[in-house]
Amino acid sequence: MAKSRTIEYLNERLGMDQWIAFAKKKTVPAHRHSFWYYWGGISMLGFLVQVVTGVLLLIYYKPGPEAYESVRQITYDIHFGWLIRSAHNWSANLFIFAVFVHMFSVYFMKAYKKPREFGWWSGMLLLFIGLMFGFSGYLLPMDDLAFFATKVGLEIPNSVPVVGPTIANLLRGGLEVTELTVQRFFALHAVVLPLLFIPLLMFHLYLVQQHGNALPPSEEEVPVEKRKTIPFFPNFLAKDLAMWLIALNAIALMSSMFPWQLGTQADPLAPAPKGIHPEWYFMSSFQVLKVMGNLFPGVAGEVIGMGIFTLGLILWFFIPFYDTQKASGRRGRLAHYFGLFALGIIVLTTAWGFLAVS
Amino acid sequence: MSDAVNTETIPLNVNTEPVEVENDEHGVSRRELVMKGVIGGVCLAYTAAVGYPVYRYLNSPVEKAASVAAVKEVTLDGADTLPIGTAMVFKFGTHPALLIHHDDGSWVALDAVCTHLGCTVQYDKGQKKITCACHGGVFDAKTGKNIAGPPPKPLPVYAVKVEKGKVQVTRA
Repeated sequence: MAKSRTIEYLNERLGMDQWIAFAKKKTVPAHRHSFWYYWGGISMLGFLVQVVTGVLLLIYYKPGPEAYESVRQITYDIHFGWLIRSAHNWSANLFIFAVFVHMFSVYFMKAYKKPREFGWWSGMLLLFIGLMFGFSGYLLPMDDLAFFATKVGLEIPNSVPVVGPTIANLLRGGLEVTELTVQRFFALHAVVLPLLFIPLLMFHLYLVQQHGNALPPSEEEVPVEKRKTIPFFPNFLAKDLAMWLIALNAIALMSSMFPWQLGTQADPLAPAPKGIHPEWYFMSSFQVLKVMGNLFPGVAGEVIGMGIFTLGLILWFFIPFYDTQKASGRRGRLAHYFGLFALGIIVLTTAWGFLAVS
Repeated sequence: MSDAVNTETIPLNVNTEPVEVENDEHGVSRRELVMKGVIGGVCLAYTAAVGYPVYRYLNSPVEKAASVAAVKEVTLDGADTLPIGTAMVFKFGTHPALLIHHDDGSWVALDAVCTHLGCTVQYDKGQKKITCACHGGVFDAKTGKNIAGPPPKPLPVYAVKVEKGKVQVTRA
């Protein structure tokens, strides 16, 4: 009795009934490829865990000269600091992984076609910002691995013709990676990137709401009256939440069984540690650059490697302009093969990269 | 519930066998109650599993400070030379504290945190009293007794032992 009166009180003032009615009317397609619909949601859970654990780390982390010492304290002195830090790292990895799965499933379901082009483009930008989060966050502990990863990573903007060195120096805050770099990477990581990411994510979600879930080509062929759907509320939401729970468990399991390590403090005069390699999500580009460097020694290798990458990214980004037909014609098939090719290259070069450093 | 066309509702509860509904006096089936209990329990377990580490994480400096505050004794090197009629401030655990060398040669050490709203008090040499600038509290400089203004309680007094080259202050 008391409960329903409270609900009634809130409802009259906040109009929650409209939202629930709306959510009940909204439907999500149900078919044998439905599994891929959950990966956007898993990405978002990864991001939310990032926000929560990030704010918690902010409570003890000190950018600048004390960066390493503060992360050492978080990892070894503060109760459960190791867990919070590991959860931040593992959820970052889950986030990037889920975003990749989400992107490829969108690609192969051809969900970038009209009217969902802006969903594709905003998603690509979100992925780019996500990778920037990864790159800037990686430096913050200021251990040897962080130091060299940043040193090497900044060679990429540095190789951009004409303006490259200026951009790299601005990002670095000098000619070498120092505590000044940590300070500005921290500003990027904790303020600038979230300010860019969150509105873009809102836009992305608004578009999903606006256009609904896309159907894969195989499902498009099914006559409208034979297509199956499930209500968004509560059915799809319940499944979505179940996925979130699985993802949350995975993060907890990985964080407690494989806590993230802290290396020795960065020393600008020490040599790079043996077997140093980038995180898995940068491994593919690392390996391509390495292979190109071997095939074409000197500056040429880097230029060719970067050139191939840039070209691939441009094609990938603008695919909605190329593959426009509703029915899957010749262009549709080509786009499909291009997707398979890109996926194959990424998987192969990543595996190759790990075999080469192990 | 769902009036939309093309909508096939997949029930969350997939048991298709006829359910024996045993209603209690409020008309809620036992199965429903058990389900609610299980879901509530799982939610509670998750909240605890996430909440406990977060609480301990946030509470870490508090625990550290508490162990510092638990200190029983402080040795003040060279404090035995404190001139008569003057006072010095020292740190006892996490609190500021006062060591006063009175005109009659006696020594007194007290907690310097006002019992009213926590401001740090000072020794007034002219009045020979301890005063608090925040809200005008006044304490006796020998016993710590609250003698004027808003403070509700006296200042805690510590035991003092003066030796050659040092003064030892002990929590009574």
